[in-house]
Amino acid sequence: MTLLEVKALSKEFDGLRALDGVSFAARGGEILGIIGPNGAGKTTLFNIISGIYPPSGGEINFEGKSILRLKPHQVSRLGIGRTFQIVRPFQNLDVEANVMVAFGHRVYPSLWKSAGSVWQPEIQKEVQDLIDRVGLRPHLKQIAKTLPLGFKKRLEIARALALQPRLLLLDEPSAGLRFEESLQLMGLIRQVCDQGIGILLIEHNMHVVMDLCKRIVVLDHGSKIAEGSPEEIRSNPLVIQAYLGKEA
Amino acid sequence: MISGYLITILITILIYAMLAHSLNLITGHAGQISLGHAAFFGIGAYSSAMLYTEAGFPFWISVPLAAVVAGIIGALLGIPCLRVRDDFLAITTMGINFVVEAIFLYIPFFGGAMGIGGINLPKWFGRDMTKPEYFFIILITFGLLLLVDRQLGRSWIGLAWASIREDEQAAGAMGVDVVRFKVLAFILGSAIAGLAGGFYAHFLTFIMPQNFGFGQSIVILCMVVFGGIGTRWGPIIGAVILGILPEISRPIMEYRILIYGVLLLAMMRFQPGGLLGAESILSRTFRR
Repeated sequence: MTLLEVKALSKEFDGLRALDGVSFAARGGEILGIIGPNGAGKTTLFNIISGIYPPSGGEINFEGKSILRLKPHQVSRLGIGRTFQIVRPFQNLDVEANVMVAFGHRVYPSLWKSAGSVWQPEIQKEVQDLIDRVGLRPHLKQIAKTLPLGFKKRLEIARALALQPRLLLLDEPSAGLRFEESLQLMGLIRQVCDQGIGILLIEHNMHVVMDLCKRIVVLDHGSKIAEGSPEEIRSNPLVIQAYLGKEA
Repeated sequence: MISGYLITILITILIYAMLAHSLNLITGHAGQISLGHAAFFGIGAYSSAMLYTEAGFPFWISVPLAAVVAGIIGALLGIPCLRVRDDFLAITTMGINFVVEAIFLYIPFFGGAMGIGGINLPKWFGRDMTKPEYFFIILITFGLLLLVDRQLGRSWIGLAWASIREDEQAAGAMGVDVVRFKVLAFILGSAIAGLAGGFYAHFLTFIMPQNFGFGQSIVILCMVVFGGIGTRWGPIIGAVILGILPEISRPIMEYRILIYGVLLLAMMRFQPGGLLGAESILSRTFRR
């Protein structure tokens, strides 16, 4: 089943073409890798899907409906969660409150409900279960800025999962992590995927990508240059050229 | 019987506490810096004064209406503030303060430099309210506002504000409607400042544009920062301490702004969270 459909998506920043006619589709329960050299337009793609910038052209459909004109909060309420390339937890809030913010997506549309108390036992239980799942239970009351990077990344994933998303956008989850940390994170990502959530994964670490993804989209200078299985991508001459340059 | 001097100071401090509290909603809770809060204090004071003297509304209607007017104008002026952040927001709100003060000063309808006089303390039980009675009316109102503030602190609204204060973009990605919650903070903060303005006008019986200038905004901000930005009691403590200080010793009055400035510098250097901030000496002592 197609979850997200991106058609001929373009984005121009003051004459710079950051994305140029990119099309692909993502399915539920599948990890779709998005790779490409720096400046290929990967994060721009995420920012457009999540409603931070409007695209210059093209279409994005989520579960068959266009999300092109939606604001970030509307996109996230529809069921698209995301993490950030440079982690952005709510630094001065504790782990529990960080996740709680995202649980509020159910009440925020009504101002009246939003005035109700946050700290209700059943919601607290849900939040704690989720924090358990990403392995942060011992750090429930710790202030986010004091967490090590690996934990901050898990916190971001927990926060995105609190939206009860059907699609998760992960922007370089393994960047800056030690080997063991990134292995643990891969385990978590796989587990999320097994629940039927679709995942778009931007990743520079080729081991991670080749291991996790059955399908990969390659961007270079804003255009899609290849799409296929890890084996196809590895042997694709255009991809090799984009990463290593043309042979002399 | 309390002396007239003492009750005057008490009422003034109480009004400042309400103002500091209202600014704390916008700047402390929702994280939106405002250097023009006195504008809404003024809008409340002028609204209630005009409604009372020109339209003949009684105090009991003119003051609540002043809060409504300030809240509506706060929402309208909040909209240009939504597009800017941090230092640009500071300059924008400052500009709003100058414009509002200029409107009071140069439009004859608002009495110009002469201001508006003939506003009186309210009547009840067929006689004029005494000053101590007026003090308690404001105190009860403020108490109710603090109860509302406590509920806001526990609510999803409070949590959404905290997330916006921490990181707007991440808040949006977590389903928080940033625009709506920011406007809500501007409306509530402006309305409470307007209410304080209404109380102020009926207490002073005479208001003029200079009461609501940029300097006044800075005094309010000093109180919030001094006491502890984002805390419930900090801004109130700030208002009490900075309000009493010039009264303890008359000579200080002349150097009021200088002393506020020095105190603020010292606070920023040694206790940036304010007296009741999370890491301040006071909070650490009491937690133990």
